[in-house]
Amino acid sequence: MSSAGGNGAHLLELEGVSKYFGNVLALRDVSLHVDAGAVTCILGDNGAGKSTLIKILSGVHHYDEGVLRVDGEGVRFASPRDARHAGIATVYQDLAMVPLMSIWRNFFLGEEPVKGRWPVSRFDIRFAKQTAREQMGQMGIDVRDPDQPVGTLSGGERQAVAIARAIYFGARVLILDEPTSALGVKQAGVVLRYVVRAAERGVGVIFITHNPHHAFPVGDHFVLLNRGRVIGDHVKGAVTRDQLVREMAGGAELEALTHELEGAVDT
Amino acid sequence: MTDTASSPKPPAPSPPLSSPPGSSPPGFSPPGAADERLAQVGVLTTILKRPDTGAFIGAVAVFLLFAWTARGVNWAGDPGIWSTWLNTAAYDGIVAVPVALLMIGGEFDLSSGVMIGSSGLLLGILTTKADWNIWPSIVVVLLFGLAIGFVNGFTVVKTRLPSFIVTLGTFFMLRGLNAGLTIKITGGVSINDIDKAPGFDFAHKLFASTVWNKYGLAVPVVWWLGFTLVAAWVLSRTRFGNWIFSVGGDPVAARNVGVPVARTKILLFMATSLVASTWGIMTAVALRGMQSNEGVGREFEFIIAAVVGGCLLTGGYGSVLGAAFGAMILGMAQIGIISSGWDSNWVYFFEGVVLISAVMLNTAIRRRAERAR
Repeated sequence: MSSAGGNGAHLLELEGVSKYFGNVLALRDVSLHVDAGAVTCILGDNGAGKSTLIKILSGVHHYDEGVLRVDGEGVRFASPRDARHAGIATVYQDLAMVPLMSIWRNFFLGEEPVKGRWPVSRFDIRFAKQTAREQMGQMGIDVRDPDQPVGTLSGGERQAVAIARAIYFGARVLILDEPTSALGVKQAGVVLRYVVRAAERGVGVIFITHNPHHAFPVGDHFVLLNRGRVIGDHVKGAVTRDQLVREMAGGAELEALTHELEGAVDT
Repeated sequence: MTDTASSPKPPAPSPPLSSPPGSSPPGFSPPGAADERLAQVGVLTTILKRPDTGAFIGAVAVFLLFAWTARGVNWAGDPGIWSTWLNTAAYDGIVAVPVALLMIGGEFDLSSGVMIGSSGLLLGILTTKADWNIWPSIVVVLLFGLAIGFVNGFTVVKTRLPSFIVTLGTFFMLRGLNAGLTIKITGGVSINDIDKAPGFDFAHKLFASTVWNKYGLAVPVVWWLGFTLVAAWVLSRTRFGNWIFSVGGDPVAARNVGVPVARTKILLFMATSLVASTWGIMTAVALRGMQSNEGVGREFEFIIAAVVGGCLLTGGYGSVLGAAFGAMILGMAQIGIISSGWDSNWVYFFEGVVLISAVMLNTAIRRRAERAR
């Protein structure tokens, strides 16, 4: 796994980032990094700060302390557009897709290819249909009819459209927000393959999940969040699945709870 | 009107195209392996998937109904009768064009009817009380339309209140202003003698003459056709059209991928008021004056035309061409009922039946088409 860009810097790096909402500390001193071609899993339970972290990375929120670096250069995103221009694409849980619109319309939504000059500049529909189809093919999906509304696709297929779209638009860092959480076992497996495929295409993937069983098989690097703090940072091979599950659930807290429960059963 | 409802049922959907349950995981058919399934997306399914199919079927059905009930006046064969109902349809169709776009964009404009009156009255005041030439007056009225549309759109976007409420407020304020100011300025309920304004003759030629004298086909029909073609092109073939669908279908998703949601919606409101103002000018020029209550209640006819045309009330789906078919149905109803020798009071009843049956037909077609992908 290539771990660094040309100048030895990480593709994306957070150092000591904190975020407050009024007097609530949503993130405290978070540091992590993402490299090209690798999958960084961010694990955390509800309320761990995963959403806040995504929003900072994707330019929705500003951070109050720390540094965000892209290719080793400190940056501050004013808007999601800035983040996208830096090559950071976010695939939200709701996938930012309009169910009633066709695959090709969704694929290019907000970035429509245009041909012709004003006042007759128009959406290049033929190109859009063809490209949507090709890009889906590269994800391993044969689109039967690009006019099909996205709302009629399965959850896994929809994820694939969103991932393919992000990669096509030059994503170097792809943030996937809980892509498997709303899916059945089989569909989740399908999406995990897309995650790996995206990394194989040279993208740095940030895979956000609360399910260590989904993270373990695909991750190269695991960051555990709890109550806004990083409580664990492991590379692949240096951690077992059980360890991840235990830390996820609050480590020592869970052991205490288990102990207590066992004690209750014993008596 | 049972004709729309009993019109030929859409044929059974073609067999489902997705792989049968239990086969390879969905989405993992290797490229190329499924090519033979492509052919099964039949022409019929493609047609049924269009949002305006229902309105087209409805328009044909209504036409055939009157062709029978009004056969005494040669409904189907007399170009004069075609002109009459087309003239009437243009009356609803022109403003229904932007109303349809706005509805696809997820919003309503209940002030689109009263804007006709406000614009005509403003034109009347500028030409008869301030003695302006008609052309600068027209420019001012159009700017007024854009301004009201901007206020509507800006208020909806900023307050996040339903546009139904915001434009209902605008509707009532304008209605009050129309009546109050007209009385204050003229002492009556109308403004007359717009035709005395300099430049009126050319305006009349452009907005209110006939294009086909022999049969009395009026020039607004041409305007209607023009607006419809431009808007249909914008909706289906441009970036902005893609944005219209998205801000109505899912504004949050649209914002997340960088669509300027607020700007798109405000522009749609401005287009609606602008076209309503244009129609107000055309009406004032045609009538050479304006009543202070002109246009009130018309907003519902525009909405009916759009909904009959396949626009989803909740936004994100619809067609401009469909709205044109919807307006044709309304025009045919108004003329056809009289031509059939029935009491004209039945027009409203007929329009209500058309609305409900068309919405049911559209919903049925859409569900079928979506299943038959």
